[in-house]
Amino acid sequence: MLTKSQAKIFFLAGTIIFSVLFLGLSYDTHVNKHDDQTNADKITPEVVAGKHLWEANNCMGCHTIFGEGAYYAPELTKVIERRGAPYVKGVLMSPTPWGEHTSGRKMVAYGFSEEEANNLISYFEWIGKVDLNGFPAKPKYEIKKTK
Amino acid sequence: MKYTTQKVAYWFFLSALGLLALQIVYGFIMGFAHMGMDGLHDFIPFNTARAVHTNLLVCWLLLGFMGSAYYIIPEESQNELYSPKLAYIQLISFLAVGVTAVIAYHFNWWEGRKFLEIPRPLDYLVVVNVLAFLFNILMTLFKGKRQTTTALVLTMGLLFSALLYLPGMIWFDSQTLDSFYRWYVVHLWVEGVWELIMGGILAFLLIKITGVDREVIEKWLYVIVGLTFLSGILGTGHHFYYIGAPSYWLWIGGIFSALEPLAFLAMALFALNMYRKGEKKHPNKTALNWTLGAAITSFVGAGLLGAAHTLPNVNLYTHGTLVTAMHGHMAFWGAYAMIVLAIIAYAMPNLTGRKLFNNGISQYAFWLSNIGMIGMTVAFGVAGVAQVYLERILGVDFMETQKEIEPHFLVLVLCASGFTTGVTLYIINFFKFGKPTNEALVAAS
Ligand code: HEM
Ligand code: HEM
Ligand SMILES: [Fe+2]
Repeated sequence: MLTKSQAKIFFLAGTIIFSVLFLGLSYDTHVNKHDDQTNADKITPEVVAGKHLWEANNCMGCHTIFGEGAYYAPELTKVIERRGAPYVKGVLMSPTPWGEHTSGRKMVAYGFSEEEANNLISYFEWIGKVDLNGFPAKPKYEIKKTK
Repeated sequence: MKYTTQKVAYWFFLSALGLLALQIVYGFIMGFAHMGMDGLHDFIPFNTARAVHTNLLVCWLLLGFMGSAYYIIPEESQNELYSPKLAYIQLISFLAVGVTAVIAYHFNWWEGRKFLEIPRPLDYLVVVNVLAFLFNILMTLFKGKRQTTTALVLTMGLLFSALLYLPGMIWFDSQTLDSFYRWYVVHLWVEGVWELIMGGILAFLLIKITGVDREVIEKWLYVIVGLTFLSGILGTGHHFYYIGAPSYWLWIGGIFSALEPLAFLAMALFALNMYRKGEKKHPNKTALNWTLGAAITSFVGAGLLGAAHTLPNVNLYTHGTLVTAMHGHMAFWGAYAMIVLAIIAYAMPNLTGRKLFNNGISQYAFWLSNIGMIGMTVAFGVAGVAQVYLERILGVDFMETQKEIEPHFLVLVLCASGFTTGVTLYIINFFKFGKPTNEALVAAS
């Protein structure tokens, strides 16, 4: 039967081995793979400014990006591809809550300046081109609304 | 049960329950918003409600863990707490930081990164606070008469939680790296070091309640936490599938995270076996219910419902949908909320000297809250699966899908009402015990 000291060795050895493996893989991801896979050279000052706005307003508290965030408002990874930049700009600069008269679910009326809206759009444009291993999947069907 | 300084635990438990109550209020705000009733939008928009809901959850669980450590470590190391005064200062400052953050979220002051919304200056205060806590615990342990495995595993869990908080504080220009290191905190907490904390508390409770020999219990404790790290560390990969990280994480994350339920299964089998072996003489049946309940519900909520969407080909469709919320609720409830409620139920009679072991209220509190939580999990699950089929497979627009699944949120809110009734009864029962006394603690020895 397993003794307590064998159990302890199992715990310590497992912890050390898997921590080392994990740190090694993290290093490979960060240092060797990240820049190519995400087009890191395209992270301009505008993209960074957009990321600051994204965080300062906790957009992730309603939306998801890369599928991470909240489930109240649409996924935004491919928002530029889906809606086009002018539409997105309209949402961001709107002085009244977006969605109020259409979906019923309201977005906070941020009323961003033109420059801020452009920065967020640059951020979304960079996001939309990151290689995400196939996410979001294309829906299998295309269906039409009948009423 | 003979150390008068254990009574600081009471104040941590009291604060934890207060924050739990507030967390639930904000849960209802979001439940109604999902039903299309967001009348509070101008004052409490959804992102505020959400940040408050999840941050209060983390805060009350941490207070519960700290209270557990202040209760368990003196008893295990057979030594009074190093500095009760420091513990009180630490409690008050922790609450001050938490309350400031919650207020800040109502004024658009935060760092919008899921689960780590606390504004940066407050992060530093959290770090100082946790260092004070760890110092107090480590000194108590160090000066104690013995260092048990239970105490060491619990302390190790708390120490690593503090260390793992740090990678979450680094700024990255890249959303991919931001997210990558955010999981060092979020995943390695709940599927790593917090399991040590849970295991430590569980072992302590089983030793006390079942009377099974400490050597046997602590041997299995090592096996459980060994399984946790063996699967959970590389299991972090299940969050790296779709954020711009290399594709080798698909199979590494898939394989290792699929093994994670083993640790929770081991925990459930361990608790049930120790109970069977034990003498079943301990009068505190309420604490026993919560202890076995935590071991079983965590296996279902974290182990089974986590495994349900952890393989990359499933996660591709469920990632970032209400399916995730289904799992998040039962996992946090079963593993961490219930173990905190278990230690509170065990400690209260000893701290106060009132032998209110099993009354109607404590029975209803247990069953109503758990049945309510099962109902909530089902409601989130049905909404989530419907969302996946409509939005991700049939290609229906996000908002249109949300309209279709609104009725499930009515069910959610109804079940949440049952859940809330149970939690309310638990809190009423807590107050029935009154305050801790030195006489009670001395008499209990
Ligand atoms: C007590 C332990 C656990 C807790 C408290 C917990 C909680 C959570 C929470 C809150 C999330 C949402 C995170 C976010 O999107 O920011 C999540 C995600 C996830 N969890 Fe767990 N979990 C636990 C254990 C597990 C286990 C053991 C597994 C696998 C077997 C698992 C699999 C997953 C997966 C695959 C996701 C990602 C979902 C997505 O892609 O949206 N979890 N968990
Ligand atoms: C009255 C009870 C509750 C209600 C009505 C409720 C409702 C909600 C709602 C609507 C969300 C937001 C989902 C979204 O982003 O759209 C949420 C998030 C969350 N709640 Fe609750 N909740 C309740 C209690 C609890 C409890 C007791 C816990 C923990 C034990 C908890 C843990 C969480 C977690 C971890 C999240 C984040 C989930 C994720 O991002 O996947 N909630 N809750
Ligand atoms: Fe995870």
